[in-house]
Amino acid sequence: MSVLDSKVPEGPIKDKWTNYKDKINLVNPANKRHIDIIVVGTGLAGGSAAATLAELGYNVKAFAYQDSPRRAHSIAAQGGINAAKNYMGDGDSTYRLFYDTVKGGDYRSREANVYRLAEVSSNIIDQCVAQGVPFARDYGGLLDNRSFGGVLVSRTFYAKGQTGQQLLLGCYSAMNRQIARGKIEMHNRHEMLDVVKIDGKARGIIARNLITGEIERHSAHAVVIATGGYGNVYFLSTNAMGSNATAAWKIHKKGAFFANPCFTQIHPTCIPRSGDYQSKLTLMSESLRNDGRIWVPAKLEDAKAIQEGRLKPTELAEEDRDYYLERRYPAFGNLVPRDVASRAAKERCDAGYGVNATGEAVYLDFAAAIERYGKVQAKIQGISNPSKEKITELGEAIVEEKYGNLFQMYEKIVDENPYKTPMMIYPATHYTMGGVWVDYNLMTTVPGLYCIGEANFSDHGANRLGASALMQGLADGYFVLPYTIGDYLADDIRTGVIPTDTKEFDEVEKEVKDKIDFFINNNGTKSVDYFHKRLGKVMWDKVGMSRNEKGLKEAMAEIKQIREEFWKEVKVPGSANEMNPELEKAGRVADFLELGELFAKDALVREESCGGHFREESVELDGEQKGEAKRNDKDFAFVSAWEYKGEPADAVLHKEQLEFKDIELKQRSYK
Amino acid sequence: MNLTLKIWRQKGPQDKGKMVDYKVSDISEHMSFLEMMDVLNEQLVNSGEEPVAFDHDCREGICGMCSLHINGEAHGPDRGITTCQLHMRMFKDGDTITIEPWRAKAFPVIKDLVVDRSAFERIQQAGGYISVNTSGNTQDANSIPISKHAADEAMDAAACIGCGACVASCKNSSAMLFVGAKVSQFALLPQGQVEATDRVKNMVAQMDLEGFGNCTNTGACEVECPKGITLENIARMNRELFKASLIKF
Repeated sequence: MSVLDSKVPEGPIKDKWTNYKDKINLVNPANKRHIDIIVVGTGLAGGSAAATLAELGYNVKAFAYQDSPRRAHSIAAQGGINAAKNYMGDGDSTYRLFYDTVKGGDYRSREANVYRLAEVSSNIIDQCVAQGVPFARDYGGLLDNRSFGGVLVSRTFYAKGQTGQQLLLGCYSAMNRQIARGKIEMHNRHEMLDVVKIDGKARGIIARNLITGEIERHSAHAVVIATGGYGNVYFLSTNAMGSNATAAWKIHKKGAFFANPCFTQIHPTCIPRSGDYQSKLTLMSESLRNDGRIWVPAKLEDAKAIQEGRLKPTELAEEDRDYYLERRYPAFGNLVPRDVASRAAKERCDAGYGVNATGEAVYLDFAAAIERYGKVQAKIQGISNPSKEKITELGEAIVEEKYGNLFQMYEKIVDENPYKTPMMIYPATHYTMGGVWVDYNLMTTVPGLYCIGEANFSDHGANRLGASALMQGLADGYFVLPYTIGDYLADDIRTGVIPTDTKEFDEVEKEVKDKIDFFINNNGTKSVDYFHKRLGKVMWDKVGMSRNEKGLKEAMAEIKQIREEFWKEVKVPGSANEMNPELEKAGRVADFLELGELFAKDALVREESCGGHFREESVELDGEQKGEAKRNDKDFAFVSAWEYKGEPADAVLHKEQLEFKDIELKQRSYK
Repeated sequence: MNLTLKIWRQKGPQDKGKMVDYKVSDISEHMSFLEMMDVLNEQLVNSGEEPVAFDHDCREGICGMCSLHINGEAHGPDRGITTCQLHMRMFKDGDTITIEPWRAKAFPVIKDLVVDRSAFERIQQAGGYISVNTSGNTQDANSIPISKHAADEAMDAAACIGCGACVASCKNSSAMLFVGAKVSQFALLPQGQVEATDRVKNMVAQMDLEGFGNCTNTGACEVECPKGITLENIARMNRELFKASLIKF
């Protein structure tokens, strides 16, 4: 048997999950209380898993680096969560959500996992409503929906522009109920620094108490990693400052294969960079593309005048504007998938049509939507012959109701009023589709070690559709893992508590402590951020929105170089036995410096363009799709799963061939 | 712009702590306040000093991790924002800025500007939830229509990010805006009715136990709340508490 057994159940795709659930081993309720599970990370995936596993009766130990589970970065998700409820009656179905997700992912995801995701999606909405999540409703009291990029139906549920927050607070409340009952032992301000394996199985972790600096041993019968993505490898991203890949990378080094690292999503609608001091980038929800129209000046001289501040966007006549997404993709227009929208923005800006001083921004304009909504409102309110001002006033009120918090956020950052002048946006690193390789059970290549949510690779292929991250995190945590993990733990009912005073724990703890001591005593000359920023620049310039062989080879060499300098020159002030944010960052950046090189290597090997991975060597040369990304299904319809062998350059590639039995592989066209 | 910063430095919970002066120069008005703090910390690391510890994470105003009392105001001199959304254009060249941690008995200082807000966690654990297990068999989400007004109001209450600015701004260090917001979210929704009595009683009892003060209707919390949580939520909590006191079970 190959090491990469995806363990997808037999049978028709519609029945796989049901049949699987009917046949797996179960742990009886009396035995569950003798089984411990560690969950690292408490965002939507980890939080929902921890709560559900505790409800089932397992003893859960949960870990978060923040001071509360409620602060995990899922909280920042704005736009919404997809579910195939078909409440709108617009032809949605489980199959259509499945199809859209596979197509949107450019046919690089595992069919059976995606179908299961679509299948449980509507349970998620029911569950969240039962928890008291205040989703938006219409006047009849029923749930409202909006639409997102890459699809032709309205299936996105939302809570203002704070859907992630509300869903996470739902999980958090479910966790709190279990914490109060003693079924979840919550470790806030703790960071997992390595996994402990005993007889080949994951049996515990080594964690650092971020307040006291104490190194702690925690054991369990299974370990679940739910620590999110690795977008901060770019230094600048829409991730939180603390978002990191350390847990995922540490398990990779202990035997978990890392899949498709080059599949990274560059989100099209973020607030552009303003200077070198920039610490992070802020996303403006994709939901804005429902109503906003994206454009740049049609003439170069106008673009130049705008860049130099001589011309205002509102002064430009309609015919002098290039609504390039509507022009290039008439069927989907401003709602093309994220990868397509991002590349199109880069293409215009590279050609000189950018609209801010750096030349790296395009407009997202709400004037048409304000006018449209204003006219509808005037009609509803019975105002005949409304003035232009009245229409604008009424329209702005509707736009405020829909996106008020986003507009406020934009105004605070940029100091411009987006109701009156178009927003400026530019693509930024947002989400990582790649991650730890898992089988159908969400288990990694290490027995007893699971990986869920953004941290794994399975559901989004080469590009994730909007509002699908929240869906996947909650599907994994509420409805998938609680079943699959039981099948594994059924063999552990007689194991008893795993002791932590063993040589396996001794060894890993020593590795962890040695590394911390190294950082504290290194006495280098440069800060951690200095190296992180350099890594980020290489990643953005050479492994960013558009990649080629030469650049990727250079990137690998440069990242290796930065890594070597880092270990010689990094400086970490303070001591190990106290709260020390610089020490925390040093460990995380050390891991990014390895991950970044594997990322570039993966991008180099994948000589095709698909989803978020665009190779300049692989584009359509003629026909209707001229200039668009060219996928190569004959040679690259596989998942690259990398095995750690020391240096990232020496990682060994394993392939999981992707089979498409229920969807025909097609050129992805949004024209 | 060039600025003088007066910052609270405290080694650990047992240390007495003191204000220390720092200078930063060439600060751009487009920087966020925390990016200015990054500049200071980079400067301190490079000169071999220990950087200032402060809580922060999402840097887009939603995680509730960042705190800071800036010139005597929670989240600084702007409205409807968290510290990470405060921009340096609110200050001018030559300003002296005072930066302190949240000050409240229930929020002890861990280090420098970092405080321990676990009291909020325990209040939520006392009843900030609806007791429903994950099953996949809950009723269809549309089976209970909820008036748009109630849903919107519940959402407004649920927007609380648990940052603690309300406590830090209150002369009594009261947590009533925080607790009132959670009680209100569930009180406004049909799903929250079953446990309404126990919820409000238990959460309020835990709040008192943690050492938060009482509300004397000054309204500073409402002014400083980055998410616009209104005093109405405190009133609703008091009504719920009164109602609960009349119910036997």
